[in-house]
Amino acid sequence: MENTATTTQKAFRRVLPEETDAEVRSLHAMCVNESQIVLPWWHNLSYLAVGVLFGIVLVKAEVISWFRIQEMFRLESFHMYGVIGSAVVVGALSVLLIKKLQARTLYGEPITFGDKTFNKGQIIGGLIFGLGWAMTGACPGPLFAQIATGATVIVVALLSAILGTWCYGYFRERLPH
Amino acid sequence: MEMLQQPWPWWAAGILIGLTVPLLLLLGNKHFGISGNLRHICAACFPGNIRFFQYDWRKEAWNLFFVAGIVIGALIATVWLKDPNPVKIHPDLARDLAAVGVTNMEHLVPKDLFSWDSLLTWRGFILMVIGGFLVGFGTRYAGGCTSGHAIMGLSTLQWPSLVATICFMVGGFLMTHLILPYILAL
Repeated sequence: MENTATTTQKAFRRVLPEETDAEVRSLHAMCVNESQIVLPWWHNLSYLAVGVLFGIVLVKAEVISWFRIQEMFRLESFHMYGVIGSAVVVGALSVLLIKKLQARTLYGEPITFGDKTFNKGQIIGGLIFGLGWAMTGACPGPLFAQIATGATVIVVALLSAILGTWCYGYFRERLPH
Repeated sequence: MEMLQQPWPWWAAGILIGLTVPLLLLLGNKHFGISGNLRHICAACFPGNIRFFQYDWRKEAWNLFFVAGIVIGALIATVWLKDPNPVKIHPDLARDLAAVGVTNMEHLVPKDLFSWDSLLTWRGFILMVIGGFLVGFGTRYAGGCTSGHAIMGLSTLQWPSLVATICFMVGGFLMTHLILPYILAL
């Protein structure tokens, strides 16, 4: 099993020398910290459990509400600013603590952080996403959650988002970065 | 139970969302970020000959499990923790929406704008199809979304993430104030 993984890894490295660069990978939400431990698939259920908690929060705090997102952009409510702001504070304090204590994962591996590098995509792409965010009232996570609240038509928006990501991949080399 | 059914306050949500960051790190050194899943889905289902999708998406399977969890969680919240009252919104927003025929406040996702029937109207089509496309294209171009940049990126003090987050907000303000009124009036 481990051998196969190494072979695949090598194959990918041959095809994409620069994509395996940790910096580039970190820019594109790739897992930069590949675990050296090979775990059975069901270990992924722990991430499913965290996702369940996250999904409940998204719905119950109305983060997935189109109305709340509108209120945020119309400056009519503090709610979303409070949610994101306090999440960043809690996240930053946790990261600080993890770094200070040099905490390790459940499996004893070190926890690592990579730096993101700036490119024009964060500006242009950021603006494009912002436009879409105010239209759908959803970022990618809430798109999934909205469907589960019974708004089944959001499947169309999600498929469209997947198409958007695909088109970005297609045109990527011709876009300014 | 009644407390759980009511809309949760911002600080409760903020703390729980913030705790997702260390939870994922401690479980397996995973960095919180959701939009990457859209890329993994492309890589898994239709990579074509596109270099951007030629990677081992199976290594990111944890993230697909995380998203599957979001769907289950949203389902649980909707079935067992549903707030029977209509969504409370700011009176100015209610007034402006009523002017364009959006009056149904029963769901977090307004029925008058997002339904299978409205998909066939200009308004619904633009909001869902074009809006969804911009979300998928923009997040990948920016290298992350609200979770990857605004929460994970800012938590680790990455200034490019701050740039991205500011641009998300600017884009949202532009749409809400300059373009959306025309779309809603269609």
